[in-house]
Amino acid sequence: MSAGLVILAIVLIATIGFFLGRSRAISQAGGDPRELHSLPAYYGQTVFLFAAVPALLVTIAWLLLQSTFVDTRVTGMINDADIAEGSSRALVMGDVRRIANGLNVAIERDALTEEQIETMRADETDVRAVLGGVGVALGSSVQQSVFEASKEFRQITSTLRNAMAVIAISLSLIGGAFALSRIHPEFRARNISETAVKALLLLCSGVAVLTTIGIIASLVFESAHFFKLHPASNFFFNSTWNPQFRGGSDLGILPLLWGTLYVSFIALIFAVPIGLLVAIYLSEYATKRVRSIVKPAVEILAGIPTIVYGLFALITVGPMLRDYFAQPLGLGTSSSSVLTAGLVMGVMLIPFVSSLSDDVINSVPQAMRDGSYGLGATQSETVKQIILPAALPGIVGAILLAASRAIGETMIVVMGAGAAAKLSLNPFEAMTTITVKIVSQLTGDTEFASPETLVAFALGLSLFVITLGLNVLALYIVRKYREQYE
Amino acid sequence: MTDATSSSPASKPSTSLMTIDARTKKRNAAEKRFRSYGVAAIVVAMLALVGLMTSIISSGAPSFKQTFITLDVYMDPARLDKDGSGDRDKIAKVSTFGYAPLIEAAIQKAVDGNNITLAEGLSVKKAADLVSKEGPAEMRRTVLADTSVIGETLTFQFLASGRIDGYYKGRVTMETAELDGNISPEQLMLADDFKKAGIVETKFNWGFLTRADASENRPEAAGLGVAILGSLYMMIVVLCLTLPIGVAASIYLEEFAPKNWITDLVEVNISNLAAVPSIVFGILGLAIFINFAGLPQSAPIVGGLVLTLMTLPTIIIATRASLKAVPPSIRDAALGVGASKMQAVFHHVLPLAAPGILTGTIIGLAQALGETAPLLLIGMVAFVREYPGAPPEGFFDPAAALPVQVYNWTQRADPAFVERASGAIIVLLVFLLVMNAVAIILRRRFERRW
Repeated sequence: MSAGLVILAIVLIATIGFFLGRSRAISQAGGDPRELHSLPAYYGQTVFLFAAVPALLVTIAWLLLQSTFVDTRVTGMINDADIAEGSSRALVMGDVRRIANGLNVAIERDALTEEQIETMRADETDVRAVLGGVGVALGSSVQQSVFEASKEFRQITSTLRNAMAVIAISLSLIGGAFALSRIHPEFRARNISETAVKALLLLCSGVAVLTTIGIIASLVFESAHFFKLHPASNFFFNSTWNPQFRGGSDLGILPLLWGTLYVSFIALIFAVPIGLLVAIYLSEYATKRVRSIVKPAVEILAGIPTIVYGLFALITVGPMLRDYFAQPLGLGTSSSSVLTAGLVMGVMLIPFVSSLSDDVINSVPQAMRDGSYGLGATQSETVKQIILPAALPGIVGAILLAASRAIGETMIVVMGAGAAAKLSLNPFEAMTTITVKIVSQLTGDTEFASPETLVAFALGLSLFVITLGLNVLALYIVRKYREQYE
Repeated sequence: MTDATSSSPASKPSTSLMTIDARTKKRNAAEKRFRSYGVAAIVVAMLALVGLMTSIISSGAPSFKQTFITLDVYMDPARLDKDGSGDRDKIAKVSTFGYAPLIEAAIQKAVDGNNITLAEGLSVKKAADLVSKEGPAEMRRTVLADTSVIGETLTFQFLASGRIDGYYKGRVTMETAELDGNISPEQLMLADDFKKAGIVETKFNWGFLTRADASENRPEAAGLGVAILGSLYMMIVVLCLTLPIGVAASIYLEEFAPKNWITDLVEVNISNLAAVPSIVFGILGLAIFINFAGLPQSAPIVGGLVLTLMTLPTIIIATRASLKAVPPSIRDAALGVGASKMQAVFHHVLPLAAPGILTGTIIGLAQALGETAPLLLIGMVAFVREYPGAPPEGFFDPAAALPVQVYNWTQRADPAFVERASGAIIVLLVFLLVMNAVAIILRRRFERRW
């Protein structure tokens, strides 16, 4: 019995339990639902929960544990001699699984019968050809001990499957019957069903925490793996990035970090003054009409995916900067450059800076403005000498958040900044960033044992730490500032 | 800040209030200057938006048009079915190369039939290069679908090759053709002659929206079909997962969570997760879903899961805001007539918050639809020619995604692919526009102010 069928059966039993529970509750109350503690549907739900939850939990746990259990039972059957040069026991176990699956497919298609499999021997029949005939491709011909292991694997798996089906379904029936027998008018069914719902809600809010744990775990484990293969000092302090796929490569983060910071710096130089001025104009000067047109228009910039900015950098900004600035000034001939990526990223950050600063400026109390006007200050004097100083912590927070966005941005730099790792001051030269190298090391055919691939995880970890630090700092500043005026 | 200095009791004010003194003039000028900086900043931002849009639209719009060549092809049995047996397996042995001569013959016929003289040095074989390399493949598919067409004359509407297509879109000119090894000015002249004869025409390109990706040397055949389908599948996965999980998490945090350090931790966690760079989610997907859980690469299910985790904070933040906007009097009234806390939330608060939740979800989905970086890491860059199957199995088939397809095309050498990439961006932006418009309409229609 397959796992899907077992789950379907459990759900079916639980659904029947729901209707039985509801009608039993009503009949217990003598047909008058007012005699019950809870609404009749809650009694049904309780039966449903008792029938479904324990059985489903057992099924899931069983499925998770089954494969490890079967592997440990079967793996000993493989002769050491049958493990090919350069292969490993784990890889051969993959073959075992594939063969076992193939045998199942063969039976489904009537190409083989159970008896035939029982007597079949890999040294007598060409198992690979037989399975190839039903559409299961195997990498190499099958050794006898591996084939025996596959048969055993099939045997144990199907036995365990059946045992699971029996246990889960009987558990479901017992749970349902138990809940049914407990039903009487005083039974607090609503409390049980609400506790269950609340547990479910709690579980869902744990997903976010699990995601963070997943991120940190995957980054840290793979980075640790990387640092075992590659010296950490080379990674952190070497100023050359030169991956060689034959080994012995230089994997220094410094040129990447420099490129990242340079691009982000240009982006912020462009975005911060413009974003801030837009925010000031919109909140202090603009009439309602202007604001209602300009604000959504600026927000459109925020809703445009970064791939669009990347393409803009690639086909328009890059060639334009090259033809009108870099080449006439003799500063470079590359259309992808730090300046290209920086400017386009700056455009992307304008709405980010302006909407965050807008919030901050709006939360400066009106009384402070009125006081300033009352002393005879002009509007710009009020903005420069009263509002901006008061809003400064919030604005710094906004800039830090924008910086963290810029550092983590990928598509614009992938398409606009180039791929050459360099330490240079010339903004018209192509440089590369951390995110670009993560993408280039992890796409294409990658082998997960080489430091050249694993370095991407170390880069990811560095990126995560930098952006997280900036975010925490920004949120701390913003929160502290908010309290000041509330 | 003030010019009260002139009001010392001994001296008379040097000027009248009605005339503006130098200092006030300076201050007023500064005021004007500051104001104009603000206007300038807005103008720069708007110019950037306009520049972005015009650049993308002007370079992408041509991809919605395509040059077609209509030819009558005689399905010569001597080439396709040499022994005349009509056996499908034997006919299938004829590769696409075997079909190329049929196109040459058809071109020859078209040239003769319209009294066109081939230019000096232009062989019929070269003339047949006007037709895309996809042409023979198309004919082969037709024949294998129904072998009885052999021996008949069929009318095919072939795609013109990328360079001919580019010629009618202004990308290729007689001058560039001189230098280009793939096209010659003679071929362009022949195309002009054909155009006069009505054999070559430029029409709306439905294939761009429905075809699968095509290889490096036939940009004219590349389409977005697989990418749109892949993106659709991912959005289905994202919607089915983020909406229930996000709403449940928000309800718990907003309505039930006790005020303690664990709740604080979850909240800080969510707001930080919203600011984690998207590429980090790609690393997570690669390490957990592909390497650890063993899900297939390039599959919409993995993309959907990664995007789900990425969108979740957005949706939780939007949902919590709309739950918070429901006034406490609603909850109090429900509790007052004897509802439990759970009933008050699910029967009263949640329906009132629903429009806001829906709007937030659509905006979150739009964000997920345009996301590229994490998908690059989980193998969605692979070249996929096959449409994924129907769900749910199709979720595990390899597929492309719209934004990744854009990236993919920009990495190719032929400039025709840049045009396709911009066209794909237009398609993506149209989808985003529709989603955002729906969100705005929903908000306008159902929003309640308390």
